[in-house]
Amino acid sequence: MTEEIIIAGFGGQGVLSMGKILAYSGIMQQQEVSWMPSYGPEMRGGTANVTVILSDERISSPILNQFDTAIILNQQSLDKFEASVKPGGVLLYDPNGITHAPTRKDINIYTIHAAEEAAKSGMMKTFNMIVLGAFLKIKPIVEEENIEKGLKKSLPERHHKMIPDNLKAVNLGKEKVILAQKA
Amino acid sequence: MKELKLMKGNEAIAEAAIRCGMDGYFGYPITPQSEVLEYLMAEEPYKRRTGMAVLQAESEVASINMVYGGAASGKMVMTSSSSPGFSLMQEGMSYIAGAELPCLVVNVQRGGPGLGTIQPSQADYFQATKGGGNGDYKVIVLAPASVQEMADFVQLGIDLAFKYRNPALILSDGVIGQMMEKVELAEQKERLTDEQVAERCPWALTGKKPHRGHNIITSLDLDSSRQEKFNEKLQAKYREIEKNEVRFEEISCEDADYIAIAFGSSARLCQKAIDLCRAEGIKLGLLRPITLYPFPYAPIEKLAQRVKGFLVVELNAGQMIEDVNLAVKGKVQVEHFGRMGGIIPTPDEIVAALKTKILGGK
Repeated sequence: MTEEIIIAGFGGQGVLSMGKILAYSGIMQQQEVSWMPSYGPEMRGGTANVTVILSDERISSPILNQFDTAIILNQQSLDKFEASVKPGGVLLYDPNGITHAPTRKDINIYTIHAAEEAAKSGMMKTFNMIVLGAFLKIKPIVEEENIEKGLKKSLPERHHKMIPDNLKAVNLGKEKVILAQKA
Repeated sequence: MKELKLMKGNEAIAEAAIRCGMDGYFGYPITPQSEVLEYLMAEEPYKRRTGMAVLQAESEVASINMVYGGAASGKMVMTSSSSPGFSLMQEGMSYIAGAELPCLVVNVQRGGPGLGTIQPSQADYFQATKGGGNGDYKVIVLAPASVQEMADFVQLGIDLAFKYRNPALILSDGVIGQMMEKVELAEQKERLTDEQVAERCPWALTGKKPHRGHNIITSLDLDSSRQEKFNEKLQAKYREIEKNEVRFEEISCEDADYIAIAFGSSARLCQKAIDLCRAEGIKLGLLRPITLYPFPYAPIEKLAQRVKGFLVVELNAGQMIEDVNLAVKGKVQVEHFGRMGGIIPTPDEIVAALKTKILGGK
């Protein structure tokens, strides 16, 4: 199994940390992982993105031009990465703030109203975990117990009390994800 | 079981430095390697772990000269920087090589020339391998292609530096510095005591003892005949290094018709390009130099006797290709593909370059 993922959105949405939790969860189930962030001018008050790869084999390039899954959290990122999803691949996005929806017909498109759900539940900080839950519903590549272990590893100890809320958010994401278009 | 961690390449360098018993780190922040200093400052090894000194110097010039001083006393010392900062260190590098002192230097390259950009690049190959400072000197250059190698090459680099009393350089780039991967960390080693240092480094400035004469550390000798003799000794040392320390990795070369030659992050891109090529029936392999000095001329020369062409892939305008050409000696076609200024090509661009530059020519 190899899953090549791009996660992209605004800086501050938890794009990089979502990728990190996913990568740590991969390690917990003895997989090879890589996490390659955008760094520099674009992440200082602009878009942030990270390429995450989980694989049972040695990972070749940490930088890719085509992805199995694109997780998209703003319009700029949708414009940039819609074309990079492999035919038959997955595009998951939060429609919040999206003015032109994706147009490709050869990919599976899912939506998750994560911003809305996070606001409703009063847990804005778990926004990215709702998105992660949606992704894991579509592609159950990591076990729930490994997500919990991944959270423990990637969060500093003082934030461990937040883990139950984060896991709740993952489950909420799993419930609320919608298949918008089948390839 | 050894400890598995998810770490950035830069953090792996810092953690490996503490674990290998490094005595001191002196550095100045610069993107994309600032995490080295940040990690060390957060870990506070001087207070909480091995007693290793960590100091943010006032500049890169100061950093490298602190390394010079530390190395003169036989201590295990290092610095790290990125391209423009490493340029500032070249005088120090030449002096340290001229004084025959061991140290470890890390350059996490970014695009140049000048202040350039903060994005990844490999445009400091010439500077690293051909001598960035003055005089006939060489630096042992290691090129990590993974976070694991970032960690492993700290120990290897400092070991080689002491073995040959010569600076060793880890030549990395923004990709390997910034990415996170799984890394298996070595056991914590104790730092050497002052007595152990004096015993290991009889040449070092450890305080004059009754049983030995003065130790003098300098790169200056105004007597030309002595200076020539010293240069001959240095050259003999470099021939030893060239004989003993060549390291490289071959991937899918056994049945390859074409070979990509790439180091560091470019080698990772090429591994993906191999998969893409082989899916189309094009037999591409990869030779990855791990030591850039000493360069693996012989294995490339050997491959040149049976393959149809080489594609040298670098994040620069064509630097390592000169060494590849020295090895291939015109036997088969050698072409270059690179991007500059902080742009990283995608694996399919490498495949396209192979097709247009080498396959298309047949």
